[in-house]
Amino acid sequence: MSLGPSLSRRTLLGMSGGLAAGAFVSSRRARAASALEIGFLYVGARDDYGYNQAHAEGAAAVKAMPGVKVLEEERIPETIDVVKSMDSMIELDDAALLFPTSFGYYNPFVLQEARKYPKVQFRHCGGLWTEKDPKNAGSYFGYIDECQYLSGIVAGHVSKSKKLGFVAAKPIPQVLRNINAFTLGAQRVDATITTTVIFTGDWSLPVKEAEATNALADQGIDVVTCHVDSPKVTIQTAEGRGLYTCGYHVDQAPLAPKGYLTGAEWNWATVYRGFVADRQAGKPLANFVRGGLREGIVKTSPYGAMVPAAARAQADAVKAKLVAGDYVIFKGPVADNTGKEVIAAGVDHGQTDLWLEKMDWLAAGVIGKT
Amino acid sequence: MADLGIAGVALALFGGAIRASTPFLFVSLGECLTELSGRINLGLEGTLVCGAMSAYGAALLSGSPWLGVLAAALVGALLGALHAGLCSLARVNDIAVGIALMVLGTGLAFFFGKPLIQPRAPMLPALPLCPGCHFAPLRAALDINPLFLIGVALAFVLHWGLANTRPGLVLRTAGDSGAAARAMGYAPLLVRLWATMAGGALAGIGGAFLSLYYPGSWNEGLSSGQGLIAVALVIFARWRPLACLFASLLFGAAGALGPALQSIGVHQGTYLFNAAPYALTLAIMIATASPRGALAGAPAELAVTR
Amino acid sequence: MLSFTLALGAPTPTRRRWFGRLAEAWALPLLALTAALVAFGAFIAAFGVNPLAAAALIWRGAFGTWFSLQNTLQKAAPLLLTGLAMALPARAGLMIIGGEGALVIGGLACAVIGPALAGFADSAGGALMAQTLMLACGMAAGALWLMIPGALRHWRGVNETISSLLLNTIAIAVLNQLVEGPLRDPMSLNKPSTTPLSPALMLGHVPGLSVHVGLAFGLILCIGAGVLMQRTSFGFATGINGGNPRAAQMVGIDVGRLILIACALAGACAGLAGATEVAAVQGSATASLAAGYGYSGILVAFLARHNPFAIIPVAVLLGGIAASDGLLQRHLDLPDATVAVLQGFVFIAVLAAETFSGRLRLWRGGRRDG
Repeated sequence: MSLGPSLSRRTLLGMSGGLAAGAFVSSRRARAASALEIGFLYVGARDDYGYNQAHAEGAAAVKAMPGVKVLEEERIPETIDVVKSMDSMIELDDAALLFPTSFGYYNPFVLQEARKYPKVQFRHCGGLWTEKDPKNAGSYFGYIDECQYLSGIVAGHVSKSKKLGFVAAKPIPQVLRNINAFTLGAQRVDATITTTVIFTGDWSLPVKEAEATNALADQGIDVVTCHVDSPKVTIQTAEGRGLYTCGYHVDQAPLAPKGYLTGAEWNWATVYRGFVADRQAGKPLANFVRGGLREGIVKTSPYGAMVPAAARAQADAVKAKLVAGDYVIFKGPVADNTGKEVIAAGVDHGQTDLWLEKMDWLAAGVIGKT
Repeated sequence: MADLGIAGVALALFGGAIRASTPFLFVSLGECLTELSGRINLGLEGTLVCGAMSAYGAALLSGSPWLGVLAAALVGALLGALHAGLCSLARVNDIAVGIALMVLGTGLAFFFGKPLIQPRAPMLPALPLCPGCHFAPLRAALDINPLFLIGVALAFVLHWGLANTRPGLVLRTAGDSGAAARAMGYAPLLVRLWATMAGGALAGIGGAFLSLYYPGSWNEGLSSGQGLIAVALVIFARWRPLACLFASLLFGAAGALGPALQSIGVHQGTYLFNAAPYALTLAIMIATASPRGALAGAPAELAVTR
Repeated sequence: MLSFTLALGAPTPTRRRWFGRLAEAWALPLLALTAALVAFGAFIAAFGVNPLAAAALIWRGAFGTWFSLQNTLQKAAPLLLTGLAMALPARAGLMIIGGEGALVIGGLACAVIGPALAGFADSAGGALMAQTLMLACGMAAGALWLMIPGALRHWRGVNETISSLLLNTIAIAVLNQLVEGPLRDPMSLNKPSTTPLSPALMLGHVPGLSVHVGLAFGLILCIGAGVLMQRTSFGFATGINGGNPRAAQMVGIDVGRLILIACALAGACAGLAGATEVAAVQGSATASLAAGYGYSGILVAFLARHNPFAIIPVAVLLGGIAASDGLLQRHLDLPDATVAVLQGFVFIAVLAAETFSGRLRLWRGGRRDG
């Protein structure tokens, strides 16, 4: 069995020997003058087969560019530690562009650092940069709810019980938007479909995620997706219970050959290579970057063999419209699951609408509470 | 499929007790042995995590999950021997060494475990106790891992063996009075070495259950403190193996409570439900403690009870 | 290099006893530290990493530059306080590992009272008063929290190690429940948190350093606790109780009162660490309050043999190891867990070295052991 790319990285490290490591350190100063140093900061392990790995794959794409040197640090808590890690990348190395990739880094830490180091550029994943914030800071994120919407359409087609399940970490806007998009997608197929959501309470709690998946299966739910840091446990457990699954963050098809329908994946390489290329060309970096399928920041996993033709046709049709930029997911009338109308009839909230990034409701048909 | 509702919660608690109790059971039985010999090993969290990683790695490389379990037991015994060896030195505090081993064990596990997060190792098999059940949730709840059955059997064996066999007597004597053990012709340090190694091996197997069966994956959040809580269970269970079994089942079931309630639409107080087993343990400890401070059944040589 | 001989057996008293003890108190841990570093070097050499390159990076990251030194002090700051939270009850014979919970509760109390004091932020004097009040609330909450295991131990015979461990998990659950529920600031989008403090109420840096005032609190309290334990009758009584509770009762010490005071002081230290986390770093209470400082403090206290003065160098050492983490990751491509391995080696070596205490002769005096 192959151990995948991460082992080869370590093995390589082992084989390259102490000599290389020594040379690496001593030659750093010489190279620093020419290479653009770029720092990536992860909140979890960069091999987590999920959120952080998706970013690390983007970092790997940057590494392949000429004239750059990538600095990576993993498992940095959202405390003063992240401030010190950014400081260290700037002070002890010569990082000129930093990508702190966890949401909790933004306010106050990234904003503080941007004021402290006006010559260094900070681009943060998931934050909501506004005109009041420093000009050398910025934020980027992907409309992954577009992929969740497509997953929902496929799930709506294959579900027999018309009950879907969602294992989620915390009720925050990004997660709620995914749950709602998944549900609205499924309801396009059949308006009676419901999604039961279970919040585990934190981003990586494997036993709770497995329990949540089992609890969903016990309630007769037959398609499950998730929004936690590493979806591996949810996908595997669901496969073991004979459920269909939709993936998240990265492609998990190998984990569930029988049940993996499709999935919502990041393609951070697009964003990172874009920023780095602008920086190398001396162009100002954008402060607020968002994008979805159209911009290539997110993508869907290939359909599993069990996905019926009708599901593929409908999902592909919607996908084509999303790529063309003339499809609205959050289109009135939409009621929340307490019966209140949240989007009035005739009102469109396009993807770029910042209102969506402050989502605090669950759509009708979602069984759960924010 | 039928809508189970509240009955589903009961089934989830039952299933959860079987699925999630095994690591608690193995760690607490192992710690029970160690503590009965007169020593406390707070580092079993590190052993559990290290065992989980070793089991996953060994199963992946060898293709056999049972070799993984063996590897976990060996690694656990090794960490146990390290603990016992250090603590047999004069003036070395066993609680401190335990905490140091917790740091070292998790550190080593995370260090070596990085390449193991993504690949899929062969899993331990489940014994379908009710393969003919037409009702899928019940069938799933009754898919039982052999390690669970071994753990349950072990609890009974230890219960009987501690009271009725010579090794059991020697173990308890070493725990109650090192001098008495010496008088019987046994070196208490050696007894404690064996007991701590056995405890470590059991904790390692508990880790193997986590990575090779349920949830059946290696990653750094796998244990999230289960080993530490299992050590607490032993004092709660007053060093009685059968009480450890009961407490483990309770903790396994309690872990399923939060998700199961949400699956039927009860969404208040997720975090408080998740912490319910800990609050319950504390309440029971307060209710059953004796005001004079002596813990009934406590090994007299145990530092933590003095 | 000092010349020393190792004599097994009890030492004979000499005139240089006092000096010898002091030298031993430093030499033993330093020798253990050296041994741990050698073992760690061998460990990473087995993975093809040049140990000398790693040593150079650790030095550079921990103490080698003015920036690194401040980073180290910053990482040491919370450990000073959480170390005291373990050490003070331990002096009285109680193994309370509840620092993490008391820190969380202290931080929560500070974050609850802080926004209510926003009105004082206008004047300098008012701000100072409000800050003092916030910190005092944090300390009081932490003190009350850690008095629980002490009281349960004394009056109910409940094992304090276990009850304090359980209280940690309960405190964290309460924090998460409140931060994501009733106390959640609706403006905190993807990182649920309480209402932020007014910027004027935030605590600043230690003058001349880029290290927040938590460092000063920690140093002052360590020295104060050291004086209390070694120079006052309270400290003397605590020591008697820690050595032999029956003897303490026989000489008429009010053990219950003593235990409660020791626990309250410990809880106040941890609560202050939490309040500082809120008022100097985060600006509000979030799930990141439970960052593990309480658990690290346990190790700090044990390495310092529960001596408040010794907590200072131990915390700086651990802070230094943590501060070098980033450079090891960035320059040698080592995983974040490398420093955990190093810490494990250091802890075990230093603890094992205790066995030689009192048996190490640093100076070959005129009189020799027989």
